[in-house]
Amino acid sequence: MKQVAIIDYGAGNVQSVQFAFERLGIQSVVTSDSSEIQRASHVIFPGVGHAKAAKSHLIETGLIDVIKSLNQPVLGICLGMQLLCNQTEEGPTKGLQIFDTSVVKFDVDLKVPAVGWAPVKSINHPLFERLDNEQFYFVHSYYAEVSEQTIGLADYQISYSAALANKNFLGVQFHPERSGKAGEQLLTNFLKLS
Amino acid sequence: MISKRIIPCLDIKDGRTVKGVNFVDLKDAGDPVALASSYSKRGADELVFLDISATEEGRGAFEPLIYEVAKTLSIPFTVGGGIRSTDKVSSLLQKGVDKVAINSSAVQRPELVSEIANKFGSQCLVVAIDAKCIEGTWRVHTVGGKQSEALELFSWAEEVTNRGAGELLFTSMDHDGTKAGFAIEALAELSDRVNIPIIASGGAGTKEHFSEVFLKSNVDAALAASVFHFSEIEIADLKDYLRSKNILVR
Repeated sequence: MKQVAIIDYGAGNVQSVQFAFERLGIQSVVTSDSSEIQRASHVIFPGVGHAKAAKSHLIETGLIDVIKSLNQPVLGICLGMQLLCNQTEEGPTKGLQIFDTSVVKFDVDLKVPAVGWAPVKSINHPLFERLDNEQFYFVHSYYAEVSEQTIGLADYQISYSAALANKNFLGVQFHPERSGKAGEQLLTNFLKLS
Repeated sequence: MISKRIIPCLDIKDGRTVKGVNFVDLKDAGDPVALASSYSKRGADELVFLDISATEEGRGAFEPLIYEVAKTLSIPFTVGGGIRSTDKVSSLLQKGVDKVAINSSAVQRPELVSEIANKFGSQCLVVAIDAKCIEGTWRVHTVGGKQSEALELFSWAEEVTNRGAGELLFTSMDHDGTKAGFAIEALAELSDRVNIPIIASGGAGTKEHFSEVFLKSNVDAALAASVFHFSEIEIADLKDYLRSKNILVR
């Protein structure tokens, strides 16, 4: 039985993530309760807005150690993924150091924030099963640098991590909950992980 | 690289889509939930809902409707019309809306732009600007185009960008409804002047108009209503056409 917990720490729009699971026929709970999060089969760590503000909300919930010690599949989305990295220039803010890479601001001749659909080149990971070069919806001004843990690459004048993985922890810079069929497939793939 | 976005816009009044629609496979063509879901399946990259009766009427059926649409939709969802406070933004985001669009309320009180951007992030704020070219100057208009303002398009666009707008939705009132093409020159200048994404609106009549706006100006998205509602242009065909012109689309 899949039980999805969406971590609620007052940083972002969790409703659209919950709707996305509902469309897949999966019930999810939005919670900041540590035992409820620990019991879930799959955990979503969402986030939009400013990294510094999100991090201080996260500190207030006292969930940082809980998140770091989770053993089930955990998916960080957008700012959630960025907060799982070593640090981010936004703030600057120290991250949870799950992903061994840094988040930096786009320094390109293109428009920032980068808004829209972009193709993701996947690097042989079950999260991207049947999803090579599909387009996903992005909205961001900061990006995670490419590292050995990069499992999906996108490019915006420079190449960056569209997705990261370290053991049971996964992260995507884009919004699978608003990425049409490709997003649904990715969430389905995530739910198959154990 | 990021694809150019194609965005259908639905005008909502009393919980129904206005500007008639004629998708043959819909039981109720005026039902915004059915329409939204249909557009999502037909390849739209995003959906914009404008509550055109927001200011003159009570909120009524609008918010429950928004919730139903957000539930169905698997693409980004922008809502505009009568948004004057961060409380209102908060309430819409909690219903599953991804971005809000503000227009008249930003002109009346420009601080609203900064307030929304600071509280929720620029990524969820679209500033919509309606303008008309009068004696060589693009004048900003509000209240659904009824009221002429002292503001000029380009300086107003720069101001809202500096205040934290995440995207601009520019509608040329001179081109809106004409089906004679987008306001290319103004859009080209606008995309030179500000460094945030721009959604072009007003004037779409043919597939060529879409390729023209993407090739001749640095806009990021094109929005239209009636050409999509009346199936004069199918989004899938439009995207095939744009691909044939080497324009990256989804």
